[in-house]
Amino acid sequence: MNKNILLCGVGGQGIVLTSKLTASCAMEKGMQVMSAETIGMAQKGGSVFSFLRIGDGIYSPMFGQKQADIIIAFEPAEAVRMLPYLRDGGTVIVNTRPIMPVTAALKASDYNGAEMLDYLRKYTDNVMTVDGDKVCRELGSPKVLNMVMLGKAIRSGILPFTIDDAVEAMKRNVKPQFVELNEKALRHDV
Amino acid sequence: MHKEFLMGNAAIARGAAAAGLNVISGYPGTPSTEVLETTAKINNGSIYVEWSVNEKAALELGAGAAYCGARSMVTMKQVGLNVASDPLMSLAYIGVKGGMVIMVADDPGPISSQTEQDTRHFAAFSKLPCFDPSSVQEAYDMIQEAFEYSEKYHTPVLFRPTTRVCHGYASIEVKDENECLKNTPEGFIRDPSKWVIFPRLSYNAHISIEKRNAGLSDVFSEYSRNRIIPAADAGCRRGIASHGISFTYVQEALADKKAPKVLKVSTPFPFPEKLAVEFLNGLDEVLCIEELDPVIERELTYVCGKYHLSTKIFGKLTGNVRNAGENTCDSVAADIADFMGWEKKAAAELPAAPELPVRPPVLCAGCPHRASFYAVKQAMKGKKSVFCGDIGCYTLGNAMPLDMVDTCLCMGAGVNITQGIGKIEPDTSCFAFVGDSTFFASAITGAINAVYNQADMTLVVLDNSTTAMTGHQPHPGTGKTMMGQVVDKVNIEAVLRGIGLKTVETVNPLELDKAVETVKRVADEKGVKAIIFKSPCAVLIKPEKPFAVDSDKCIGCKKCINSLGCPGIIISDGSVRIDESLCTGCGLCSQVCPVNAIGGERNE
Ligand code: SF4
Ligand code: SF4
Repeated sequence: MNKNILLCGVGGQGIVLTSKLTASCAMEKGMQVMSAETIGMAQKGGSVFSFLRIGDGIYSPMFGQKQADIIIAFEPAEAVRMLPYLRDGGTVIVNTRPIMPVTAALKASDYNGAEMLDYLRKYTDNVMTVDGDKVCRELGSPKVLNMVMLGKAIRSGILPFTIDDAVEAMKRNVKPQFVELNEKALRHDV
Repeated sequence: MHKEFLMGNAAIARGAAAAGLNVISGYPGTPSTEVLETTAKINNGSIYVEWSVNEKAALELGAGAAYCGARSMVTMKQVGLNVASDPLMSLAYIGVKGGMVIMVADDPGPISSQTEQDTRHFAAFSKLPCFDPSSVQEAYDMIQEAFEYSEKYHTPVLFRPTTRVCHGYASIEVKDENECLKNTPEGFIRDPSKWVIFPRLSYNAHISIEKRNAGLSDVFSEYSRNRIIPAADAGCRRGIASHGISFTYVQEALADKKAPKVLKVSTPFPFPEKLAVEFLNGLDEVLCIEELDPVIERELTYVCGKYHLSTKIFGKLTGNVRNAGENTCDSVAADIADFMGWEKKAAAELPAAPELPVRPPVLCAGCPHRASFYAVKQAMKGKKSVFCGDIGCYTLGNAMPLDMVDTCLCMGAGVNITQGIGKIEPDTSCFAFVGDSTFFASAITGAINAVYNQADMTLVVLDNSTTAMTGHQPHPGTGKTMMGQVVDKVNIEAVLRGIGLKTVETVNPLELDKAVETVKRVADEKGVKAIIFKSPCAVLIKPEKPFAVDSDKCIGCKKCINSLGCPGIIISDGSVRIDESLCTGCGLCSQVCPVNAIGGERNE
């Protein structure tokens, strides 16, 4: 069973690690994995993405438009930006907290993400939201948003593994002192 | 063999290590940097690893090691090869004893480079064999083969992946420790008739290089990575030729189709001519799907002429494939559909989205470069000045609202460009901004040029004690090497005084008033003088307590936002606020605020 996964957001949100963990889960299950992501200058506050492909008969780490089974978006406008990649009937999991670009502050624009969420709800069938601000407050750290997002994606049933698989993968990739908090975030049902 | 999930660059490093690598040197540059970094990480002490001051130094060091029979690898990005081209061209004539692979990463797009140059041309120009991997697995396998060819033919070879191979990840088959080769260098054996370049030697070498390359073209026609994939539809008289990551896009596009015959070219130079003739046989039309320049397309056109074949060759030269920027799965599928007369896959049809925020890259919150640029801007307000920038994070000083980069060309260029402007416009105050790593890589000669040729200019060294842009590599000023040694730091101020600068002032840019006053004073002096803005990269230090805006005092003038553009300052619900998850507590904005509203806990 092939899966095309697209993670997107803004530099610094922990997208690359999330992609690594997802890949690690698939590897453990003996599946083929390929991925490609933004690295370099664009990471500084720019839009970042990670394409991740699991399964057989994949040649390229990237895929074309209308091929993602799931988009895991860490920021509402970034979800809209990458929406052309969602396949018909695909799922979007989106963090509702907008991140203002510096340019918006300069122009004093009033971007607040609401119109992006409306757009997503209107033009896609399966949108699941995560109130990132609230969850991070509950968990007491802004650094675990990525684990919460991954947990949500797994519970949606689209990714071919369980929360326990992800917890194991996390333990293999994260410094010991952060394991407890990250596990709590992965298991945090939102 | 076992499976591992590796980044392309890590796979290249691991493959080289499996081939018995003894020495690796390079200069950081996206997308090549992780090759050397991975080697340093997996090094058990048997490999000598160094970040050299620049690519020329790296290549010469690698050559010296290979003269001794060591297996050496040199890593750089495509524009780095321009810097290393002088030793490259001559080394092609001299050759090597141990295997030597020059790993040059190209960057279609370009995604993080100044140019879209194609290293395959450099291969033909220098007459060196070139390997072009198309996937992470192939990069791992091919780098080992590249060492074999290099050693067998006593010549350095080029290995040229592109960004999507370098930075792509895949689960691949990797050799176990006991399957890896070990290479014990024989040592340098003196032989001036071999290692000293002279016109006579070059003439003779030229003859044998041409002969070797003609032979290699035949050898490469048999090389398993250059291959023809037969058509699914035997009657089809069309074919597709491709290479690198684009080849995988072709595979994707043909996966569920009656595929035409495909040629995969993994050695663009020497071109596998016999294989190409075999491929062209029976074809009326061929589409070349390439990134960067139409190298395969030109070769096939040439082969058609040489062998009187009537096959028509299409690609970039004929306008069938875009001639700038990177290919994508979608663009390749569309190009192939056009060529084959297939129905095109419909693009995603979505109603117009609300206006999306643009997110250009910006200097990090708390970046000391912001303070440096702002200090110079304040000091030179109303005076005729020019600000020549350079390559590094600080190129981002061009963004609004700082808007402090008037020119940027290539590594170390700003210090000379500003001299040229000064010769034509003597009434302009000329500045050159250069980072510490770039200073060592290629600005010292420019500074000497300025001193000798009586320039009038201010050199501003932005010293954040790291190579920040490419992910924080050490350099001569940091006192750390890739072998983990702590060594004497090369002192920038001492270097500048040593070449004859009388005025060299070192200041912390985050002390704004002092910084502005220093710039005013130094800019007024005649001759060549320097200011070193010294403050560590914000990413490398532990953040201080975040600042906060006192909403009772804030008059909403937005001066902090409009003059600094720090991502840590935001507007929420109409009022100016500091995002404490981003603010590093650098304190710059508090020195800009006209009513002292920014401070929070730290000012109390
Ligand atoms: S103190 Fe001000 S300028 Fe410095 S990082 Fe914080 S918000 Fe940005
Ligand atoms: S990485 Fe360091 S030098 Fe580069 S923009 Fe960020 S703080 Fe500034």
